[in-house]
Amino acid sequence: MNVVFVLLFVAALVAAALHGNVKAVGTGALEGAGTAVTLAIGLIGVMALWLGLLKIAEKAGLVDKLARAARPIFRPLFRDVPDGHPAISAMLLNIAANMLGLGNAATPFGIKAMEELEKLNPRAGTATNAQALFVAINTASLQLVPTTVIALRASAHSSDPAGILLPTLFSTACALTVAIASAKLLERVVR
Amino acid sequence: MTFREVLEHGSNWALAAVLVGIPLYGWIKGVKVYEAFVEGAKEGFNVAVRIIPYLVAILAGVGAFRAAGAMDALARVVGPVTAPLGLPAVVLPMAIVRPLSGGGALGILGSIFATPGLGPDSYAGRLASVLQGSTETTFYVLSVYCGAAGIVRYRHALAAGLCADATGLVASVVIARLVWG
Repeated sequence: MNVVFVLLFVAALVAAALHGNVKAVGTGALEGAGTAVTLAIGLIGVMALWLGLLKIAEKAGLVDKLARAARPIFRPLFRDVPDGHPAISAMLLNIAANMLGLGNAATPFGIKAMEELEKLNPRAGTATNAQALFVAINTASLQLVPTTVIALRASAHSSDPAGILLPTLFSTACALTVAIASAKLLERVVR
Repeated sequence: MTFREVLEHGSNWALAAVLVGIPLYGWIKGVKVYEAFVEGAKEGFNVAVRIIPYLVAILAGVGAFRAAGAMDALARVVGPVTAPLGLPAVVLPMAIVRPLSGGGALGILGSIFATPGLGPDSYAGRLASVLQGSTETTFYVLSVYCGAAGIVRYRHALAAGLCADATGLVASVVIARLVWG
């Protein structure tokens, strides 16, 4: 991440100097910083809503039930996470929300999952195998139906807005497979 | 009803069912639903504030990168190599921006759709659509999720995420060439 951070700024400066527009580096960075806060503030409401609902589900025993139901799928992937741990149900809810395209709900569940996984972390501040794998799964777009893209195509008068559905699923499946495989392989090498 | 309408209805119903179903289920189970909700919701503010530094770090970098035109410069250099492989120069900026900025990628997708001679049903338009739908904003996901858990050393999470993005790109090109090439 340190490399990425430096590289973004250096690449920006080089490109800006070549275009004779060094001012853009400063304005772009400031604008990005502003966007970051707007995004985070915008998250407060949705976060509160879904974390509130999740607390109800937890007290009603729904979270436990989900964790038990998800055990067969999650156990081979997340061996370090004990059975019935709350992280399991948060991960399941995150993945389910992602698949359904409920991005607003997926993020709070994902954050909750990461916090729960952090409780199992012996080295605070360093990602565990389970956390890295979970994040990697989330970087492959899990959405079964890309509704935003389909809507955008329809509004651009496509003759076949949903025709990209199966190819997108194929591509998603490939990305997801590689996300899991590379996380599993790399966890043995990267300390 | 068209296929798209069915999908939209399905998505709306799923959301509504969860929003109504959880409190109702809790209530039937004897949970003090209002108190439980407020207790859980309290956390929302803290989480949002906690991820701000992580988001500022990545989005300031991405903002500078995009505003400086680094993406276009990169696309100009790599474009001639990737075009014969089935990745046209107009789609290339999107492939570069996709892991960095979701809104940015959507903007490029929209501009490809609006460009005369391209449009949503062109090869470039379809490829860009598949690409948008099958990859994620990796850096955003990383900074939000790791930020919330206070993680600064990502270990292999970034590499695995970028491998997934690269695979999504290659798979999108392969399938687009097979279906619409």
